[in-house]
Amino acid sequence: MNNNKEQAIIAIDDPIVQVKDLNLFYGQSQALFDLNFDIPRHRVTALIGPSGCGKSTFIRCINRMNDLIDGLSTTGSIRLDGRDIFERSLDVIDLRRRVGMVFQKSNPFPKSIYENVIFGMRIGGVTEKPILDETVEKSLRRAALWDEVKDRLHDSAMGLSGGQMQRLCIARAIAVSPEIILMDEPCSALDPRSTAHIEELIRDLNGEYTIIIVTHNMQQASRISDYTAFLYEGELVEYGRTKKVFTVPVKKATEDYITGRFG
Amino acid sequence: MKKIVKNKYWRDGEPFVWGSAAALSLILILTFSLLIVIFKNGIAVYWPSPQLLFEMEDGSSYLGEVVQDEEQPTGLRHQLKIANRDLYGLDFTWIDAADIKNKSRPEGAVVLERYGYGNFHGFLSALNLPSLVVDHGPPWPRFQAALAALGPEIAKVKESKGELRALNHRIVGLDKKIAQYHHRGDDDPATLLPLQDEKGLLHHEFDRLVADLEALETTLHQNTALFTDATGRQQSIALTAIVRAYQPNAMSVFAKTGLYLSKLWELFFAEPRESNTEGGLFPAIFGTIMLIFIMSIFSFPLGVLSGIYLREYAKEGFLVRLVRIAVNNLAGIPSIVYGIFGLAFFVYGIGSSIDQAFFPEYLPTPTFGTGGILWASLTLGLLTVPVVIVSTEEALGAIPSGLRESSYALGATKFQTLVRILLPMASPGIMTGFILAMARAAGEVAPLMITGVVKLAPSLPLDGNFPFFHLDRKFMHLGFHIYDIGFQSPNVEAAKPMVFVSTLLLLGIVVLMTSSAIILRNKMKKKYAITH
Ligand SMILES: Nc1ncnc2c1ncn2[C@@H]1O[C@H](COP(=O)(O)OP(=O)(O)OP(=O)(O)O)[C@@H](O)[C@H]1O
Ligand SMILES: [Mg+2]
Repeated sequence: MNNNKEQAIIAIDDPIVQVKDLNLFYGQSQALFDLNFDIPRHRVTALIGPSGCGKSTFIRCINRMNDLIDGLSTTGSIRLDGRDIFERSLDVIDLRRRVGMVFQKSNPFPKSIYENVIFGMRIGGVTEKPILDETVEKSLRRAALWDEVKDRLHDSAMGLSGGQMQRLCIARAIAVSPEIILMDEPCSALDPRSTAHIEELIRDLNGEYTIIIVTHNMQQASRISDYTAFLYEGELVEYGRTKKVFTVPVKKATEDYITGRFG
Repeated sequence: MKKIVKNKYWRDGEPFVWGSAAALSLILILTFSLLIVIFKNGIAVYWPSPQLLFEMEDGSSYLGEVVQDEEQPTGLRHQLKIANRDLYGLDFTWIDAADIKNKSRPEGAVVLERYGYGNFHGFLSALNLPSLVVDHGPPWPRFQAALAALGPEIAKVKESKGELRALNHRIVGLDKKIAQYHHRGDDDPATLLPLQDEKGLLHHEFDRLVADLEALETTLHQNTALFTDATGRQQSIALTAIVRAYQPNAMSVFAKTGLYLSKLWELFFAEPRESNTEGGLFPAIFGTIMLIFIMSIFSFPLGVLSGIYLREYAKEGFLVRLVRIAVNNLAGIPSIVYGIFGLAFFVYGIGSSIDQAFFPEYLPTPTFGTGGILWASLTLGLLTVPVVIVSTEEALGAIPSGLRESSYALGATKFQTLVRILLPMASPGIMTGFILAMARAAGEVAPLMITGVVKLAPSLPLDGNFPFFHLDRKFMHLGFHIYDIGFQSPNVEAAKPMVFVSTLLLLGIVVLMTSSAIILRNKMKKKYAITH
């Protein structure tokens, strides 16, 4: 308990997300314990920790993806730009447009590449072709996919490679111009080349978007993130600048995990 | 050593593979033999077979076609179709091969298809054509010319029969109107008299037309041809009684093909005759297809919506599980039970209420309170809706949850996700349900028998008379037709070819409908398949 309080003290100048006393229960069993920390705006924050420690559970809170799970309950608050996202009056659709998400398993819709990218705009009611065209090009360029697919935008997205599909999913998330992009192990199903591609892309998006990324790859976390949070059994054990967490961790558990002694 | 080999044999599942292959082959063999039997018998029915003249040891002789051969302890015997029911009483006879003195193939043998008494086999000997102008010449070409000349006259007869029907329709309409006034207690002569007058006029017109028609028919009936059968007996046959005449032994393959096609045309587009054992099947084909269409209109939307609700909206729990079990079990209820339910609920329940509310003036004659195509379709709809529900549910359930989540994560509502992602992706699976439902509906007969199918329907459920769709009407159906002529016909032997033809047709309709649905489904599959 004490530890968490200590972590929360880490000062973030301009936090976009503020997590306060967050507890989460799947029915009777508790999965997150008293989380307290701030996530910086326009920076990449990595979430690391052994399997089952609650990383996915946590980031799925931020866009309220967990609403879909029966029997889930939370206490405490997550503030997005100062506003509690658990508030009843909050529009979930609006929240999800502000907080995009990329999943571990790339899952483009069985539609054309073009339609995949503009799906979010279409359901938002945008119909003007020039705007859609522009968004498609911009998003695909942003996701470093444009050059590879610009000649077959209207082909099915199912014809893409795994890495291309994942970048398409990132383009799809970017297309609705979210403020935050959540990524849950976006590279774990990809080969090293595609992984490098996506890492480069994340570095590129850094400074413009707030990215919260879950990863099991320590090198990846240290390469791409500015801040790192280490979760262990539902508790936040250590949180700070990535350089610091990876070179001089405060906690023994962090050091053990990072150096591969468990997890 | 031996033990290891044996183990390996079992471990690789060799016997299992053989067993499953054998099971599949058995099913294929059974199915194909059934299809081949139907196909072989059905496809050859209309091919004109040669007419053989058998002269027997005892002095009798037969002209006809060999239908089948049978090996008896007493020796080989042939079954002949000798036709001429009006002369012999029976169309078929058996002769022993040993008793045959002479067998020949006379060029002049004529086969007549007639409107009554089945076919006639014999030889043309003379013509008597008082009211037809035909050039003189040899009898057969002259006979054919006479038949051709009769065509326009018969068309005239048909035309005035059509006029009669239209008149009758108007008279019935007036009767209904008068009945309505009476029902309302409105007996004011000022309103009723004009109607009565109009009805009188129509009756007069009707009677005049009938008289004209009778006169025309009498003169046409006087044109006759004289035929001699195999034994030399003479039979005079009115040309108007003849549907078609040909000399199969003198025909080229080309001419036979022409005949075959003309008969096929008749099969598809003409009315049946001779208590359904001859002529066309148009009303039955039409009834079958329309039944399936109306069934689909009710069953598919209902099934898909229910499936969507069950899978996407209903909260998983005891009740939903119960409903799901019930739906699955519905598919196992005997179809006759659905028929009884349809009769009790649709016909006697809803139908009678409709009659009391909207057509009280015609009671006790029921309008909707009796079997009809609407009730039969609804009954079939009930029967097939579980198939559609189950396939919709399964198709929706098979969509990876990641796709739903991605859609939600992009800010889509549940409804948007359903319409834009889930339904298109589920459509091939839903189509599979449709196909199964359609095939099942096309093959059902039992529930129809008590909800409105008839042996011979006077009019189609869809015609040119307002309001065009007459869903209260009774209808004909190929499946029932097969049962009826195959097992209820007084002349089973003569009806046999028609049984095969009807079966082939029913199969054809099912194959046509399901394969078009399958093509559609495969297109969807290609479009919405996911690969990972
Ligand atoms: N839908 C659920 N219902 C009940 N318990 C759940 C559910 N989802 C996750 N859990 C539990 O919550 C805990 C945290 O799970 P979570 O998926 O967040 O872990 P994670 O850190 O993402 O693990 P991984 O690295 O393997 O993805 C686990 O103990 C898990 O069993
Ligand atoms: Mg996870």
